[in-house]
Amino acid sequence: MRVHIRGAAVGLMLAALVGCGSPGGDDNGAQQDEQADRSVEKPDVAAAGDVTLTVWDQEVRGGQAAQIKRLNQAFQEQYPNVTIKRVARSFEDLNKTLKLAVSGPKAPDVVQANQGRPVMGTLVKGGLLKPLDPYAEAFGWGDRYSDLLLDLNRFSSDGNTFGDGNLYGLSQMGEIVGVFYNKSKVSEPPATLEAFEASLKEAKDEGDIPIQFGNLDAWPGIHEYETVLGQTASKEQVRDFVFAREGATFDAPEFEQAAEKLQQWADDGYFTPDFNGTGYDPAWQRFAKGQGRYLIAGTWLVADLNKQMGEDVGFMLMPGAEEGADPVALGGESLPFAVTSKSENPDVAAAYIDFLTNSDAATVLAETDNLPAMPVEESAIPKGLPAEVFSEWSRLNESDGLIPYLDYTTPTFYDDISGAIQELLGGKSDPQQFTSGVEEAFRKFADEQR
Amino acid sequence: MSAAAPERPPGEPRLVGYLYLLPALVAFTAFVLVPLGRSVWLSLYEWDGVTPGTWAGLDNYGELVSEEALRAAFLHALVLLFFYALLPVAIGLLLAGLVARARVRGLALFRTVLFLPQVIALVVVAVMWRMIYDPGSGALNEVLRAVGLGSLAQSWLGDFDLALPAVGLVGTWVWFGLAMVLLVAGVQKIPESLYDAARVDGAGMVREFFAVTLPALRGEIAVALTLTTIAALRNFDLIYITTKGGPGDATSVPAFQVYDRAFQTGEVGSAAAIGIALTAIIFSFSFVINRTAERGYAL
Repeated sequence: MRVHIRGAAVGLMLAALVGCGSPGGDDNGAQQDEQADRSVEKPDVAAAGDVTLTVWDQEVRGGQAAQIKRLNQAFQEQYPNVTIKRVARSFEDLNKTLKLAVSGPKAPDVVQANQGRPVMGTLVKGGLLKPLDPYAEAFGWGDRYSDLLLDLNRFSSDGNTFGDGNLYGLSQMGEIVGVFYNKSKVSEPPATLEAFEASLKEAKDEGDIPIQFGNLDAWPGIHEYETVLGQTASKEQVRDFVFAREGATFDAPEFEQAAEKLQQWADDGYFTPDFNGTGYDPAWQRFAKGQGRYLIAGTWLVADLNKQMGEDVGFMLMPGAEEGADPVALGGESLPFAVTSKSENPDVAAAYIDFLTNSDAATVLAETDNLPAMPVEESAIPKGLPAEVFSEWSRLNESDGLIPYLDYTTPTFYDDISGAIQELLGGKSDPQQFTSGVEEAFRKFADEQR
Repeated sequence: MSAAAPERPPGEPRLVGYLYLLPALVAFTAFVLVPLGRSVWLSLYEWDGVTPGTWAGLDNYGELVSEEALRAAFLHALVLLFFYALLPVAIGLLLAGLVARARVRGLALFRTVLFLPQVIALVVVAVMWRMIYDPGSGALNEVLRAVGLGSLAQSWLGDFDLALPAVGLVGTWVWFGLAMVLLVAGVQKIPESLYDAARVDGAGMVREFFAVTLPALRGEIAVALTLTTIAALRNFDLIYITTKGGPGDATSVPAFQVYDRAFQTGEVGSAAAIGIALTAIIFSFSFVINRTAERGYAL
């Protein structure tokens, strides 16, 4: 009896195996390049007949949710023949389910596909996204963004080259990782990196916490490191590395210098005590309550900090070695809206993306407490902290000074770099071991690519 | 043992029995065997989840041994086995031994209170302990400072050596209630006469525990160990919420690696291989535990 049942179970398992080919779909890089090269007229949405556009986005929080609701409504009012079916998910849920959804038989028309190799790169590789270059031409998208902001949404059609090639999406909002400071303690924001460090020392000597920092979640360390890296390395050097261009390396003196400086700050007690065991949220909340002088964080905290600290909070970019030099800061843009290859109405989808990113949309974004990635009318800029952020954003884009997130570099780089930074700051590795260790992880990927 | 045994019990022919099994078998096949087979299949490929996969043979399994990060993950799971399984069962046994000796007033209340951690969703437990462990304003460090032991205050989840035991103790806290309830219930069904006999023979408290309580609880111990061992080895939610495998890789465990590789870094084949290996390990652990308990030695 037992033998029978076991035999049957094995048989069934084998049956389950039969008929599985190798997993995954077909490659269609050449077809994509053809699509990217053709030219189109500006689509006429009103003439497209009754269209239902399924959109998967992650604009679920506060101002993000407010802006997408307003813009969706405005789009449907302008084109009554279009119905938008919105599927809203949190960022993490979206990332996890997107690949399956887009490769399935009932793929959505428009999706937010995160920049970089893990999500957008894989989808492009699988031929699941539509190149938008013809539409970019027709709508004049090139004038809306600084170069890096478009490059971040570019891939070669085989998905191997990041930051170059076809355009696969457009983002609505900009994002800078900068330095928030407590105005009641820092009267004049330091103008050079040296002055910034002097101010850290002063804070420490007075018994205050110089920089509020919580790294239990592992990713905030990337922001601290790259904010310093922007001052020790040139922006081209960082970009070349993130886009894995020819000759790029992490094991460079400039990258080591940044690691040295950061470790020095940790040793000198310039960060929150026990930062590796402190969560991100408790850290910035303490800053909001007036503890600590600086907070290196992204513009996603602007609304919260503005509400809690009012006139006591300021925002600046990390100053460079020389006063008045062009600023360099870590930053990027929100998840781009992309059109899937399976969409039956790519023209309407492209027009929808255009609608989400045109100058009217910029005004809506500003009015709903967001930082538009594209230029915005003076009158729409809110007062207080957001105004400082808006002006830093335009200063940064005028000189094209953004450097992209390091974790875009390879599919596993987020784990590689965040773990390595925890070890660096915890004193488990020295700067040299840090850069060579990270380089080793990068090489594994780069050698496979070539 | 042979299926073709000549003599048959009276009544209907045997094959009809399978018909009765069919509904359950279909569900079992569709939801357990097919996914399992599919995972085995995927584990033989290098696949990012979207583009065509390439045949990898047993390479993904080779990495389980050759890749240091994965070896460490399995090692961490073994450490957690101590905190999730051995420690809770030991605490449960101790409490059971005490209860066997003296009839405790308000036992039902204690049992309920100590069992409570089991009732709370693990996600909530994890969020709560993350707050308790916060180095700046967490309850644990606050208490230590309040009683003058401020020098013992630690960055519990941020320290490379402390993080794993710290997460492990959360597991102990969650699981000892279950072990205790199982074992105390077991103690109460041991006939009083056995204890009387032992006492007449002059057994003390310790002797009584080893001679009467422990052997009688063999079945309950096996159940408690099986449940807690499985929980320890497949532990994911606690790690994911408290440390995300950090600092560095200090608390990375196999189940976390499965999630990370399948959903974050696009190494579906490797994730499947880890999952299959983990399944095999869990299966063999519970097999050994139950066999040992059935035969009645060890322990």
